[in-house]
Amino acid sequence: MSFITGVGLTAYGKHEGSSSLDLMSKAAELAIADAGLKRAEIDGILCGYSTVSPHIMLATVFAEHFGIKPVYAHAVQVGGATGLAMAMLAHQLVEAGVIRHVLVVGGENRLTGQSRDASILALAQVGHPDYEVPLGPTIPAYYGLVASRYMHEYGVTQQDLAEFAVLMRSHALTHPGAQFHDAITVADVMASKPVAMPLKLLDCCPVSDGGAAFVVSREPTGATDVRVRGCAQAHTHQHVTAAPALSELGAEIAIARAKAASGLAISDVRYAAVYDSFTITLAMLLEDLGLAARGEAAARVRSGHFSRDGAMPLNTHGGLLSYGHCGVGGAMAHLVETHLQMTGRADNRQVRDASVALLHGDGGVLSSHVSMFLERVR
Amino acid sequence: MSGGGKYAMADWTAGVEAIVYQSCAACGNLQYFRRSFCCACGATDPVANRASGEGTVYATSLVCRAATPETRAHIPYNIVLVDTVEGFRMMAHGDNDLSIGDKVTARFAPFAGRLVPYFEKTKP
Repeated sequence: MSFITGVGLTAYGKHEGSSSLDLMSKAAELAIADAGLKRAEIDGILCGYSTVSPHIMLATVFAEHFGIKPVYAHAVQVGGATGLAMAMLAHQLVEAGVIRHVLVVGGENRLTGQSRDASILALAQVGHPDYEVPLGPTIPAYYGLVASRYMHEYGVTQQDLAEFAVLMRSHALTHPGAQFHDAITVADVMASKPVAMPLKLLDCCPVSDGGAAFVVSREPTGATDVRVRGCAQAHTHQHVTAAPALSELGAEIAIARAKAASGLAISDVRYAAVYDSFTITLAMLLEDLGLAARGEAAARVRSGHFSRDGAMPLNTHGGLLSYGHCGVGGAMAHLVETHLQMTGRADNRQVRDASVALLHGDGGVLSSHVSMFLERVR
Repeated sequence: MSGGGKYAMADWTAGVEAIVYQSCAACGNLQYFRRSFCCACGATDPVANRASGEGTVYATSLVCRAATPETRAHIPYNIVLVDTVEGFRMMAHGDNDLSIGDKVTARFAPFAGRLVPYFEKTKP
């Protein structure tokens, strides 16, 4: 067994003058304190990457900077799925008895540490260097391609996609750490600048500075235990040109494996934390995971199903779309918020029942997937 | 048409006006990204073939925000995925008004200092 014993999250947005290591350190300190542990009790470190400060040994760079001499440490790189992939690895390392308390940390000054063009260029490199990148695609264009096909096959409209941006913004309004605090409407999303059609500016997550961390432990350290009940991955391709049919994407494979590993069903889930790099990402993943019928996720947004007081509260911190996206830390904020909800510490965002949560992350262009079930055990 | 085992027959990625794909003599798999082996069965020396340039639009995205001065000079430009008549999928550029399902034919166009495949509706 493994438990998420502590979480830490900075505000997302601009942290002028903070380095990636600064943001990682801040989040790590919060998570260790939240777990009721001391630095010296941390014997494992998993970290992601920083596009602003790339390094071939980021985990040991961080360990030295932070002042830990771990038994086990290395970086993990699975794009947007990195946070949950690290949570899964931490769970397995703890279960295997390799280490006792793993610090999982991500953070990056992606907004103020480099230009937006530099961020867009760095991310576009997930494309094929010979057959895709020379065509000038961007990450929004890779997802724009997927969106055009998904809309074509399932009758989803741009207005449908806009609903997800509006929902995430309405959730962000209640979180002081979110990057955006202005309410938006479907009309605002529709009128926002075209980026890579059918995706417009408000269909896209922002570039942010921020840090997130959590501790995964062999035994509980606090009053409320959040246990990793089961998790699984699926990797079907890297490049969108080589992606399988929409009905054969990795989210469906990963969730089937995670259900088998946990013995849980979607009907057991009370809270959902789903990767939302773009509105289309969230729409597709909700349907792939079985949290909405095919082509019907937007209708469920409109009916309040995914709202804080709805039947399946979703990304109550505002998600990548409105809390912000600082790279690896981006989707780790989903896990932090889930933990706060499960332990009854989400303040004015608190949902009625978050006893069982489903988290899902996606990296690349729906290339790499991680599904994870968390359960509150007391 | 066969490339006689030359899996690296020059194509647009090398500045030549051609779209090339590989076929596996052992299992029949087609692949667009060139390799020295078949990614389905592992057999070596897949055969290089020149594609006709005919296909059907699978997906489109009109890029309106680019990240370099060279690509910004071209916006808006339409990135398309095309399912070729030969049976492999490729990324290319295309006319801005292309729709999913359109039958298309490739030509080649300059883009950001390179030569890229560019699809337009097939003339009836």
